[in-house]
Amino acid sequence: MATLLEVEDLRTYFTTDDGIVKAVDGVSFTLKEGKTLGIVGESGSGKSVTCLTIMGLNSKKSATSKGRALFRGEDLLQASNQRLREIRGNDIAMIFQDPMTSLNPVHRIGDQIVEGILLHRDVSKKEARRRAIDALKEVGIPRADRRADDYPHQFSGGMRQRVMIAMALVNEPSLLIADEPTTALDVTTQAQILELMHSLQRDYGTAIVMITHDLGVVAEIADDVVVMYAARIAERAPVGKLFEEPLHPYTWGLLGSLPRLEADIDRLVQIPGTPPSLLSPPRGCRFNPRCPYVFDRCKEEMPELVASPRDSEHLQSCFLDDVTKQREAERTLASFATEVP
Amino acid sequence: MFRYLIRRLLWAVVLFVAVTMVTYMIFFVIPANPARLACGQRATEECVRNAEARLGLDRPIPVQYAKFLQRLVIDRSLGQSFTNRQDINKTILDAAPVTASLVIGGAILWMLVALPIGILSALRPRSLLDRAATVFVLFGISLPVVWIGLVLQYVVGYRLAWTPNAGYCDFIDPAEFATCGGPVDWAYHLILPWITFALLFCAIYVRMIRANVMDTLGEDYVRTARAKGAPEPQVMRSHVLRNALLPVVTMLGMDIGIALGGAIFTEAIFGLPGLGRLAVQSLNTFDLPMIQGTVVFATLCIIVFNIVVDVAYAFIDPRIRLD
Repeated sequence: MATLLEVEDLRTYFTTDDGIVKAVDGVSFTLKEGKTLGIVGESGSGKSVTCLTIMGLNSKKSATSKGRALFRGEDLLQASNQRLREIRGNDIAMIFQDPMTSLNPVHRIGDQIVEGILLHRDVSKKEARRRAIDALKEVGIPRADRRADDYPHQFSGGMRQRVMIAMALVNEPSLLIADEPTTALDVTTQAQILELMHSLQRDYGTAIVMITHDLGVVAEIADDVVVMYAARIAERAPVGKLFEEPLHPYTWGLLGSLPRLEADIDRLVQIPGTPPSLLSPPRGCRFNPRCPYVFDRCKEEMPELVASPRDSEHLQSCFLDDVTKQREAERTLASFATEVP
Repeated sequence: MFRYLIRRLLWAVVLFVAVTMVTYMIFFVIPANPARLACGQRATEECVRNAEARLGLDRPIPVQYAKFLQRLVIDRSLGQSFTNRQDINKTILDAAPVTASLVIGGAILWMLVALPIGILSALRPRSLLDRAATVFVLFGISLPVVWIGLVLQYVVGYRLAWTPNAGYCDFIDPAEFATCGGPVDWAYHLILPWITFALLFCAIYVRMIRANVMDTLGEDYVRTARAKGAPEPQVMRSHVLRNALLPVVTMLGMDIGIALGGAIFTEAIFGLPGLGRLAVQSLNTFDLPMIQGTVVFATLCIIVFNIVVDVAYAFIDPRIRLD
């Protein structure tokens, strides 16, 4: 299958009063047509900024970006504003974390979807409205023809996220970037929204970049996973491999912090400390102040993202020797006894 | 909607009665005998007695108030002036268009200036324009209206002689003895008062519009609009301004409502025969019914404009429902 999105050494720096914040600092990944990439990480690890950079939605005034983001071979970082506008909402669509605030409160939801259609399709308003209603039906809004005339505040959170998805998919984009689309929703609604995205992906062959801090979501929906820590990639692998043999101490920490029904423990494992400031990240490996396996080299040198000796698809950035990694991965998985997809 | 209006109107009535009651108290807390005031400077005992009987001052206070209210509601009359026996209704209705000319014209002027400056400085924070706007806002808010008025009058009106120093011309059918009249003279005489009156509001509105637009620019739905591929002018028009200007509409309605009761300083400086000057004159001469009249009229303006703002708001903001 053809490569849809290829991100190479992406760097996004924000100029602030306190100095330069390196929000994304050398991120690379590829995504094939119709596949799903999960980007996992804590708040502030650079997941969202990575995607906003690809979309060209960072503030022009404070952000500078380097590297390449090739969408079907076209570098989005070099594209003109005009070209980016043509791509946004047409080839690449985005849905956001908080459906309560992502829809404009003073416009009817039907009109908000129609706006997105008319920006990219040369159709009549009537036809656009028909398509908008179809899209609403498709995402499971009951009585869509009437609800199209309602305002966002007349919808629940889950329904609003469905509206956002309808709005994003109405022009049948080949890539959907979903920035924590389920975080603000309750658990049952989360499952419904994920299922909806999954089935729409099947029907339309849309590739998805799913930003999340929830490894459960990743296990459910992703084909490949990128684990981000402090603006860099800690580990990148096909989803099965990541859950079978995680190779980075940060990933072990993340897996250890998942709640499990069958485990008889009082307290979840937590990663000690807090993520570093991106204004002045630690020398060497960014995870070193919190890493239980830290040794001298980690404090001096920045580890590069390299392939594991046993698997060229599995990349990680850690200086630990392979034997220790295998042993610790097994230990983590032994305590992590749930079914792995 | 209908029920809301009824409820709102009932409240307006309550408010109105409360204000008239307070105003009526002026008769009794002011250290002067209304009957003596009504008779003028050389009051004879006979005149005072007659006036007491005529004004009903020999009756108990609640009865007096009831009579006042009765006259107000049923005859819709505010009574007669103590100083010149003029009908107060007529005096106020003569003065109201002057104040309205000043306030409405001033409001248009301050919005015409504040909107572009506020929006542009929100779009380019810390730019030269934004900094200049901040200085302007600081001056506008700090400088007393009286000072601005007098300086404009001296420099533009007297030294440069570009505009009249003072005075008012009727917009339509000027009085027979008037020396000027018609829209051109009207506007010509109002230029300085408009600027004087608008400056403070202009400064406040620049600051408010800038803050609202900046807040709205950071809203998630603005990012959504950009993610749809909407060009920036469309994002601004349809998503940013529509939301950012909602609170401005409320403020505008309320400010106009308050100002229609009289722009005292501006009217006094430029000798505009409006409600503000009328209120000052009647205060100076202890013309109690006239004071009452101006207060009652100002109250009505505020109440009416508040209701207008509330109803208008329900039309422009779908989240507000009047029920």
